[in-house]
Parts: sequence; structure tokens; C-alpha cells
Amino acid sequence: MIASIIFIILLAFGAFLFYKNVAKIRRNVLLGKEVNRSDNSSERWKLMALVAIGQSKMIVRPVAGVMHILLYVGFVIINIEVIEIIIDGIFGTHRILSFAGALYNFLIASFEWLALGVIIGCIVFFIRRNIIKLNRFMNKELDGWPRSDANYILITEVLLMSAFLIMNASDHLLQVKGYEHYIKAGSFPVSNLLSPLFENMSNASLVMLERGCWWFHIIGIIAFLNYLPYSKHFHILLAFPAVYFSNLKPKGEFNNLASVTNEVKLMLDPNAAIPPAPETPLKFGAKDVLDLNWKQLMDAYTCTECGRCTSNCPANQTGKLLSPRKILMDTRDRLTEVGKNIDLNNGTFVDDGKALLGNYISEEELWACNTCNACTESCPINLDPLAVIMDLRQYLVMEQSNAPAALNGMFTNIENNGAPWQFSPADRLNWASED
Amino acid sequence: MSQLNVPTMADLMAKGETPDILFWVGCAGSFDDRAKKITKAIVKILNHVNIKFAVLGTEESCTGDPAKRAGNEFLFQMQAMQNIQVLNGYDVKKIVTGCPHCFNTIKNEYPELGGKYEVIHHTQLVQELIDSGKLKVEGGEFKGKKITFHDPCYLGRGNGEYEAPRNIIQKLDAELNEMKRSRANGLCCGAGGAQMFKEAEKGNKEVNVERSEEALAMNPDVIAVGCPFCMTMMRDGVKHFEKEDKVQVLDVSEMIAQANDL
Repeated sequence: MIASIIFIILLAFGAFLFYKNVAKIRRNVLLGKEVNRSDNSSERWKLMALVAIGQSKMIVRPVAGVMHILLYVGFVIINIEVIEIIIDGIFGTHRILSFAGALYNFLIASFEWLALGVIIGCIVFFIRRNIIKLNRFMNKELDGWPRSDANYILITEVLLMSAFLIMNASDHLLQVKGYEHYIKAGSFPVSNLLSPLFENMSNASLVMLERGCWWFHIIGIIAFLNYLPYSKHFHILLAFPAVYFSNLKPKGEFNNLASVTNEVKLMLDPNAAIPPAPETPLKFGAKDVLDLNWKQLMDAYTCTECGRCTSNCPANQTGKLLSPRKILMDTRDRLTEVGKNIDLNNGTFVDDGKALLGNYISEEELWACNTCNACTESCPINLDPLAVIMDLRQYLVMEQSNAPAALNGMFTNIENNGAPWQFSPADRLNWASED
Repeated sequence: MSQLNVPTMADLMAKGETPDILFWVGCAGSFDDRAKKITKAIVKILNHVNIKFAVLGTEESCTGDPAKRAGNEFLFQMQAMQNIQVLNGYDVKKIVTGCPHCFNTIKNEYPELGGKYEVIHHTQLVQELIDSGKLKVEGGEFKGKKITFHDPCYLGRGNGEYEAPRNIIQKLDAELNEMKRSRANGLCCGAGGAQMFKEAEKGNKEVNVERSEEALAMNPDVIAVGCPFCMTMMRDGVKHFEKEDKVQVLDVSEMIAQANDL
């Protein structure tokens, strides 16, 4: 009875806290500018089924891809077990779903195999990050918290799965001994291998072990749930909407700024119908996170820092400062900072003298980009660091007139000669008569 | 070499004729000495199959692509709208470009600004011509040669066209060897995003050197490209490794023209 009350309080508190933190992230994402990503819903659902649910882009890198699918499937399916744990916790029952008989045995056995898969996957990932030290996990932007974050996630998952298996092992021993309440239910192909470790324990100790693991497992899950909003691991939730709201246009197509279209129409034809003046002065491009659109901000919270974008980026591969992963991480960190600022100032953002451009992302990074779309192609969930880079470039050029000198020369040539080089437009057809 | 027949839209208009397709030459194709050879190869193919085409000649202007990728949306849209005025003035319906950047910009970014055309890249046109039997291709000098194709970002990843250039190369009875980083995984030549027009940012290697090294490791006779900027970058890269006597860098259209003795 007391256990049930404690359980219900913990569960309710965990759910409430999670709700509050998710609501905050949602609020922050919606600070972004409007962009229409709700067209063509059938194609979007298909894309989500293929890329997010089906993990089609993960397997481009087979080792990480297969391991990730193991973790993903394990995570999703083992959560069915959490339903039973929650019901048992609330009502003080034990293995309430065991009435399902053979199906129950099959499910428990599957969970065990998947738990083993998750443990193996996590260990492989841990080794890749900490022992093999794959290049893409060694970049500077991962120093400190991001690298620890990744390891905490892996360790937590191993602990949770171990608790699950130890719980089953002790439960099964108690079942065999016919100890009270421990009804014969479930099939334990993996945890049976652990049984010899606990065989000589007394019944009381086994009950302690089983209950301990049960509580550790569920409290761990509630705690982990509440860790998500502070972690790159939040991708397990946002990956699905992020893929759904992907850019469906060809990757080569960049947005035409509507605000610029109006100005250009006026320049070319002073008699053109003048659109109503906007309420706030027009700003071209993006200086800070609030100038980006909500999908770009959602991308920032979705990125799980795998670094495939960065490892495929030609600029990064040749030692330039640019790392597409860092662009999204910076966007997220700045947005989190802006969100805190808003919380502290009763709902309005008070200028803190900082901006995404300059304080987080430098001009050198932006000017290293080849706009080649290697980053967007390699992202397993279609995130778009290039869109952020382009918006910041636009601000540099159109608001600050701050392009590298050579590019200003190129602009002048296009304006004067209709070509990026200094050739006379009159000579444009000379090639046809040259040998 | 036979005389090229290069009618302009203005010429045809004066004669009351309309071409089936407009050949958008592009700035590199018009002014860059090496790229002009690609332009001529494309014209030779067009002449050879008797396609009724025209160029804009001195009425053509930069699409605005490098300005847009560099962040100068104003200049891009100025260029775009002026070009669209010219193109719509001639009632252009179909365009073939000699450059994936022009191709991408006119195909994807002009429609919203009022320029709606059917746009194809020259490798797509050549493939169409081969498929329809209008252009016969035999290996000629490329038969059995080792070829490595470098995907242009704005043709491949940018617009999903990986097959056309490869299909053409295979028609030459050549041995097409793929680099590890090819198709969707292709590495940029280093010119994109207006990098062509500026010094590279600080790093430990030039992108074109990295890419040429990868291409040269395939031990090719020819590095095939489909973009005048890739051409510049890959040629510079091949020179960097002092392999210019052994390895040719050719546009796919040049290979077709040479194989057919055009």
C-alpha cells in the first residue's frame, strides 16, 4: 500500500516535471519565424515512415546503423514491459499481464534478448567513442558536457537493462522455489545465464534483489525521461516530427526571400504596387536564433550530435573551422540561453548583448561552407545545418556588408558585367567565333 | 574543325523562327578559356543532331547563383528578374544548361520569381539524344579507358541526377571506376558556395587537392566532370600532383564530341 502511494507520487511527479520541460522546449521552438512545412502530408508521412521509423539513412554507415537499430527496436519494444511495471506499481500486483500465458512468455523472452542487444549496442558505442575514439567523436565542439552526455546515456541504458535482467533472474529463482507471490510466469532465456550468481542467496535476499532492481529500473526510467530535455538524447522524441517537417524541395533549391522580392520589384519598376510596410523594420538574414524559423530551431533541439554531417563536410575534412554539427549545437545552446532570459524577464526577451552570429558562430566558419549539401545528405534524420549557415551569411552580406573582399569584387562584377569575373558583357558570345 | 553554327535568339526572332531549346551557356562557359571548350563541345553535339537551338548571346547574364550562395539575395533576385524578363520576352519553354549551377538556379529558384521553364542539364540532354537514337555513340578513343566520374554537387545531391552522366560514360565502352565518395556521398570539388571566387578559409588542405587525390588514386585515364567549376578545381588538383600529362580532365560532353570525331 505504502509502496503503491510512493510509486504513484513518483510517477506523477516525473510526468509533471517532464511535461513542464517539454513545454518549455516547445515554447522556445515556436519563438522561431513562420515557415510552411505542413503541405503534402502524404509524402511527409511516407518520409517519416521510411527515414524516422524505418531508419533508412542510419544504415548508410553499417556498423553504427545496425547497432542503432538494435537500440531503437529494443527501446521501443521493451517499453511494452514498462506498461506492466506501471500497472504493477500502482496496484501493488506482480506480473499482472502474465494471464496472457504463452504470449507473455514469448514477450518476456523477447524483451530479454532485446535487453541483451541494447547492452551490446551500448558497449560497442561506448568503445567507439572512448577507446577507438572515432574521429567524428573527437571534434572540439564535443569537449566537456556533450561528450559526457553521450557517455551518461550509454551507461544509464546499460544499468537499466542490467537491472531488468537481474530482476528477472532473481524473480525466476523465487518462482522455482515457489516463494509466495512469485507466480510462475515468463520465460527467461538471457537472465537464466545470470542465475548461478544468485543461486545461493536466501529467499529474503532474493526478494530484496528483485524489488531493488524493480525500483531501480522504474525510477531510472522516470529519471532518464527527465534527463532527456537537457540532453542530446531528446532526439528519440523529436526525430519523428523533425523528419515529418523535412524540407521536401530539391536540396539545391534555396529559399527566395520574399522581403527581398518586394524590394527588387520596386527597384526594377518604381511603379510596382507597393506592399504595405511591415510593422517591424525588415531584417535580411539571421543574426540571432529569433531570426531563424521554427524548423531550424526544432532541428537544433533534435540533433543528437552524431557528427555524420561534420565528418562528410569537405571544409571540415580539410581542416577548416566549420563543423555543421557545431552550427546546430550552437543554435540550440543560444536558444536555451534566450529561453532562460525570457523566463527570467517575465516572458519577454531582454537584449543581453549577445547573438548567435559572433558570440557562438564565427564568420570564418560561415565562409568555409561550400553549400554542397553533404551535411544535409548525411544527416540520418534530414536536419539542415546549411539553412542556418545561409541565413547567417545573408545577414553578414545584406545587413553588415561584411563579405570577404574577393566576394565583394565578385558582386560588383555581376552587377556591372553580368558575370562574376571582369569581362565585358559585349564579349559574351566571342567563344562562338574563336578557334 | 567545322564551323560552329550558333544562332542567337535575336537572330531567330528576326527570321520569325523559334528554337526547340535554349542553350544557356553560363558565365564560365562564355568567358573561362577551358570552359569555352565544353561549350563548343555541347554546340557540336547540338549541331550534329540538328537540334534547333539558340543562345541568348550578349543578352545572357549571370543567373545570380554565386551571389545567392554568398548570401547576397538582393543581387541574386535582381539578376534573376532581369533574366526572367529576357527569357519570358522570347517565350522560352525549354532550356539546357552547360553548368549545374545555372541548371539548379533556373530550374528551382526562378519559378517562384516568374520564370517557369523546363530545364535540363547537358548530360541529361545527351542521354535523351542517345536514348531516342538521335545520337549514336561508340567508344572511339575512350574504349577501354579507365574513367572516374566526379559528381557535381548541384547536379547530384542538389537535384538527384546521378545516372545521366554515368550512362553516357558507359556508352563509351569505357571502364567506369567509382571513387569511394561518389553519388550522394560525393565530395565537393571545393568551388561551391562561391568558394570559387575567394581564397579558401584557413585549413590544412585545399578541398580540390583532397578530391583530386581521391580521383587520382583510382589511376584513371580520364577524370570526367559535368561542371565548369569542377573542371577548374580538378584540373588544378591534377596539376598539383603533376599528373596533367597522364590524366585528362574532361567534361562528359567533350568525351561524347571527341568519341564521335565532332
